[in-house]
Amino acid sequence: MSKMTIVEPKASPSREKYDQLKKFIVENKDKRGYLIPALYKAQELFKYLPPEVMEFIAQEMNLSESEVFGVATFYSYFKTNPIGRHTITVCMGTACYVRGAQKILDELEKKLGIKEGETTEDMRFTLGCQPCFGSCGMAPVIMIDNHVHGRLTTNMLDAILEQYK
Amino acid sequence: MNNIRTQLLICQGTSCVSNGAVEVVKAFKAALKEAKLDKEVEIITTGCMGICELGPVMVVYPDGVFYQRVTPEDTREIVQEHLLKGRVVQRLFYKKPDTGELISIMEEIDFFKLQKTIARRNCGIIDVNAIDDYIGADGFVALGKVLTEMTPQEVIEEIKKSGLRGRGGAGFPTGLKWEFAAKAPGKQKYVLCNADEGDPGAFMDRSMLEGDSYSVLEAMMIAGYAIGANQGYIYVRAEYPLAIKRLEIAIAEMRKYELLGKNILNTGFDFDVEIRIGAGAFVCGEETALIHSIEGKRGEPRPRPPFPANKGLFGLPTVLNNVETLANIPYIILHGAENFASMGTEKSKGTKVFALAGDVTNTGLIEVPIGITLREIVYNIGGGIPNNKKLRAVQIGGPSGGCIPEEHLDARIDYESLKELGAIMGSGGLVVMDEDTCMVDIARYFMNFIQDESCGKCTPCREGTRIMLDMLTKICQGKGKMEDLDVLEELAVRIQDTSLCALGQTAPNPILTTLRYFRDEYIEHIRDKKCRAGVCKSLLKFEINPEKCTGCTVCAIKCPVKAISGEKKKPHKIDQNICIKCGVCYDACRFNAIKSH
Amino acid sequence: MKNLEELKIMRDKAQKDLALRSGKHNIKIVIGMGTCGIAAGARETMNEFLNLILKSERNDIVVTASGCFGFCVQEPMVHIYAEDQIPVTYHNVDVEAARLIFDEHVLNNKVVEQYIFQRGKTNE
Repeated sequence: MSKMTIVEPKASPSREKYDQLKKFIVENKDKRGYLIPALYKAQELFKYLPPEVMEFIAQEMNLSESEVFGVATFYSYFKTNPIGRHTITVCMGTACYVRGAQKILDELEKKLGIKEGETTEDMRFTLGCQPCFGSCGMAPVIMIDNHVHGRLTTNMLDAILEQYK
Repeated sequence: MNNIRTQLLICQGTSCVSNGAVEVVKAFKAALKEAKLDKEVEIITTGCMGICELGPVMVVYPDGVFYQRVTPEDTREIVQEHLLKGRVVQRLFYKKPDTGELISIMEEIDFFKLQKTIARRNCGIIDVNAIDDYIGADGFVALGKVLTEMTPQEVIEEIKKSGLRGRGGAGFPTGLKWEFAAKAPGKQKYVLCNADEGDPGAFMDRSMLEGDSYSVLEAMMIAGYAIGANQGYIYVRAEYPLAIKRLEIAIAEMRKYELLGKNILNTGFDFDVEIRIGAGAFVCGEETALIHSIEGKRGEPRPRPPFPANKGLFGLPTVLNNVETLANIPYIILHGAENFASMGTEKSKGTKVFALAGDVTNTGLIEVPIGITLREIVYNIGGGIPNNKKLRAVQIGGPSGGCIPEEHLDARIDYESLKELGAIMGSGGLVVMDEDTCMVDIARYFMNFIQDESCGKCTPCREGTRIMLDMLTKICQGKGKMEDLDVLEELAVRIQDTSLCALGQTAPNPILTTLRYFRDEYIEHIRDKKCRAGVCKSLLKFEINPEKCTGCTVCAIKCPVKAISGEKKKPHKIDQNICIKCGVCYDACRFNAIKSH
Repeated sequence: MKNLEELKIMRDKAQKDLALRSGKHNIKIVIGMGTCGIAAGARETMNEFLNLILKSERNDIVVTASGCFGFCVQEPMVHIYAEDQIPVTYHNVDVEAARLIFDEHVLNNKVVEQYIFQRGKTNE
């Protein structure tokens, strides 16, 4: 990161996003410990956290770049690589595991031709795992974007993926 | 006020929502309008009713008729038949799994009959977003009582007397925690609510926030009054978008009613709450890690003391309580400490919410008096194990807990008895495992989880769990040695003794309990290269039963490595040297001809 | 909300809305809503009862619909279930009758002989 030059966003689609991010930081500057919400906002705007965005946050919040980078990489929610239009998260909680989550993951990896943590070439899906989203009553479950699909069998996957273009 | 004769309570918990409960509400609105009943029948969207397995579920009041697995297509029939003509729709009744008997009234279903709701008293009854409903259910009356009739010290005494202990895992007495923070010097103090429910298999906090967030917020204010804090933070994990949304609505409603802000109820008490969203780190459920995360830092734990009661958020005195703990507070204030303490066991008072999941007929949330046996939970409330399978173990307490075998199911569960069995109460996740579960694989599963979630700050947890995971993986692959078992046990004790926080200190519990109760399974894996549950694929052998095989060739076509050969309409064979044990043939066979062992 | 008094007033108001869900009702009015009941004016009868309950400001009285009682010619038919009392069935309950039954029987515990169909056990 040290080799990066200071970012001066020019008039571009991303310029607007930087403005929004800056506005958010300024609005909340009196609140203590606001780095994580700022990273949330940034990821919402940019879809992931490229190094230059983290640098921008460090500048605006008057923090060191290493601190921002350290926090962003600690939490699994923050992505430092581009992600697909839809995020598939396979629940690997105990209840789902006992009811066959591994099979669901294997099948998704096969269908999408990617491994866990990767994104399809057409940027349609990113596949990931999470320990438990608390929908154990319907195990096994997957979450696509913010929608939970439960009581899954491998046969149901095609129809579900079809809903997300 | 409208002239309402009937209310439809429709569950809007996450489980029911993902099974179409939102569409059911929409369809009801249309059907009621069509039948011109929309002025006399009201729809109440409630929080989780607990019986997630049967979702979407609903209750018709005042009759109390309970319908399960309701689809948008059913709504017109319910309106036309039940609401208009008074003829109940029997096909949507709950059917008793053993006798097939139809049950129409919610309270008569075994699952509900044996429960006692305190923390979940409003869940499934009040409208999740309507502050008026909460007020009607005696909401904020406890707050009013403490602000006008009690001193902070009296509030603390009452909570101490109730015997309430932390429901997040460790079971520390809540009143004592409050007293420490109240006595700590300092003008600025904080109240935190831990809603970073990370234990796999636990979802009670989520459902309480979704179904009755006002209770939790009211309790935070009572805690604030007791310790002298005027600012609260509620830390919710990002995986719970619905809970976050409902909390946001609740906080906005309370501000509108001036129940948050300055001079609340004209008593001079100020309080405000902010939501902070977690970002996917299990360790943040640990109190010092959670505090670091709210401060905007990496969520790593730190050594205690100093305890948060003295040095917590931003270095100031802080009380941190779990969602379920807080949900009990208004009840205790309203009904008295004695009432609360009359439930439970000698050292563990009140009720506990458990999340019942895994291989059990009725999955969902239950609240029972502490001291009930696991057998009552699994068989009487949970309805037993489906598909005529046998029980192997009950996993309680998540990655910090343990696996309890059949022979200990009659132990009365409280904080102490579970500890004796090698598990912990934890947050209350109960995962039932049937005979198709491999206990070595479960130990490996938890160690894999801990490896992912260990923050890496201290060596015993970071490196020790890595070594244990490697050993367990080898055993699952049939490459283990008998000495490994001794090494595992020794490592486990060392990690317990030397880790910094509870995550590391309890991480070996799943290994220790499985070694204690299921040692023979470990030995089978190592000595006989056998996995009796058929889970550990490397130890599996797939074979075709020539008597059942019809020679349909489906398995041969599906086999990715062409290990299956045979003529059409004649029995096929698997070449064991080529087979990669992927199990595709097993899943593909329609004649049950392929067996794995 | 400025003070505790306002909160209590608000609670009393909101409690009415929750009363239906409490399962604690002293009096239950059951109206036969089969096809013939509706044809004979059971809807109007039900609406009248609902209005009367609202006016009486009582939280402990509920109205529910039931299926056909089997005596088409006697419709609209109404059962009154009151705690600790023998249930009573009335017949030909039009709006007028509903008012009378509500005032006499529901509020004041006096059976209205003129519309009575049956005392004691019903098929319900």
